Amino acid sequence: MILLVGSLQLGFLYAVMAMGIYISFRILNTPDLTVDGSFSLGMACAAVLTASGHPILALIATLFFGAIAGTATGLLQTKLLIHPILSGILVMTSLYTVNLAIMGGRSNLSVAGKATYFTMLKETFGGNMLMMTCFAIIPALLLLVIVPIFFKTHLGLAIRATGDNEEMVRASSINSNLTKCIGLAIANACVALSGGLISQYQMFSDVSSGSGMVIIGLASVIIGETLFGKRGVTIGIASAMIGSVIYRIIVAFALKIDLFPSYALKLISAVIVVIALSGPSVQQSYHQMKIRREVRRHAKREASTAYAETHECKQDL
Amino acid sequence: MLKLMNVNKTFNKGTINERNALDHIELHVNPGDFITIIGSNGAGKSTLFNAICGQFLVDSGQIILDQRNITAFSDHQRAFEIGRLMQDPMKGTAPNMTIEENLALAFTRKAKRGLFALNKSDRSKFREILSQLELGLEDRMKTKVGQLSGGQRQAVTLIMCTIAEPKLLLLDEHTAALDPETAQKILAITEKIIARDHLTAMMITHDIHAALKLGNRTIMMDDGQIILDIAGKDRSALTMDELLSFYSKERKKQLANDRMLFTS
Repeated sequence: MILLVGSLQLGFLYAVMAMGIYISFRILNTPDLTVDGSFSLGMACAAVLTASGHPILALIATLFFGAIAGTATGLLQTKLLIHPILSGILVMTSLYTVNLAIMGGRSNLSVAGKATYFTMLKETFGGNMLMMTCFAIIPALLLLVIVPIFFKTHLGLAIRATGDNEEMVRASSINSNLTKCIGLAIANACVALSGGLISQYQMFSDVSSGSGMVIIGLASVIIGETLFGKRGVTIGIASAMIGSVIYRIIVAFALKIDLFPSYALKLISAVIVVIALSGPSVQQSYHQMKIRREVRRHAKREASTAYAETHECKQDL
Repeated sequence: MLKLMNVNKTFNKGTINERNALDHIELHVNPGDFITIIGSNGAGKSTLFNAICGQFLVDSGQIILDQRNITAFSDHQRAFEIGRLMQDPMKGTAPNMTIEENLALAFTRKAKRGLFALNKSDRSKFREILSQLELGLEDRMKTKVGQLSGGQRQAVTLIMCTIAEPKLLLLDEHTAALDPETAQKILAITEKIIARDHLTAMMITHDIHAALKLGNRTIMMDDGQIILDIAGKDRSALTMDELLSFYSKERKKQLANDRMLFTS
């Protein structure tokens, strides 16, 4: 039970990140690798501000700094025309230094004993397990309302169209460079917020805990898509969030039954993503193989009847 | 309406692949003109459109649209007043968005913006416009554009290009990828919309017959130059054969010049 509740809480906190990944990978249709860096960025910012006694300001700041990181990637892509993957890697790498600098040159920072978003709510509403889960759900739920509404506004529509057909967006007199940057800023703001929440939840921040977040987020998005199908933006975001929770539950149980050592986590997430992504192509090649076998069998049968016919003719002669 | 003054564009300057794609183009398009443009592949027809739309900046010369010098404008700034339809039906629409979302995106470039991209009055307006196409699209406004056929997509793109009442409509062989029957239909719709909104339009076509039948003015391009520009009586008197022979005559002249160049 504790295991389930724990993974529910973690799942909803990571769901905010899964939403960010959904925005960049699915809506904007660009592979954004900034995420690994901006997750740690969120952790670092939140930890420093929480340590100095501003837990709520800390979470708001993560949104702001995450957006800056996303904009940096967007500018590299659109203004300097660097390949999307490479611009993400460049920003992610440079963020490593930034994160260390934010935490004053230390690679980790504990906020144990300080007031956080969770302890503050705990003091007001009581702190049983159910309440804690509710606290974890609140940010995800809030974003689940705000973000889909945003994607129905004119700007949101333009961002969605940018991922779908950039040429058409420019032909409609919209600056697609701007929409791309805004989209990446929103995506990374979500990721950084998730990092900030996790650092307050775990009571510490570590500079390397962002590594592999892209894959974890992508795994959540894909799990959600396998369960609910590829549909509109609102359902897409919701399913990515649920995917994140399911991912955490799977991981928790896999670790519980000692199926894997805890350090196997990232390999498992990568394997989940590989299996999910290769699904359609494997299915297709299986289908192709079946057709080919059928054709071959048919050809063989025809050849044998033709052979028999010629033999009959010879016998007649 | 549109003025191109001494416009030049050379690709791959300074290399052996240097090509003078636009060579001292002078073109004055009057308001309400519907110009058809013909010419062989590589004559510079699409390059002319790209120059007008701002796909690249021209090397020299001025482009003036409705008294505004747009020579240095970027492509999306120019798109505010210019609608462009490409040959490929896939290019003009966002496949994973619904018809109404696509229309809303094109429409809101000029319309007053509310908080949401789509509202009731917009929807009913889109419905009315779509019903004029007589393709039954008005009942499928929530269908993703990717599920439509090429002809239907091109029709939607045509609506998107004209819904914000542009000052100039550029049609780049927009029926070439469609079957003959659909092409006829799209062409008829195009004519109807141009007449209804009194649009100034330019159309590239390889169909010489259509080039003479449609519009009020015909331009022939070759090797980055405008070699023929006729309108009015001269144009209506011109037959297809005359036009073709004119073209081959011009070509021959040029070939002869080239030959002289090589032999001398």
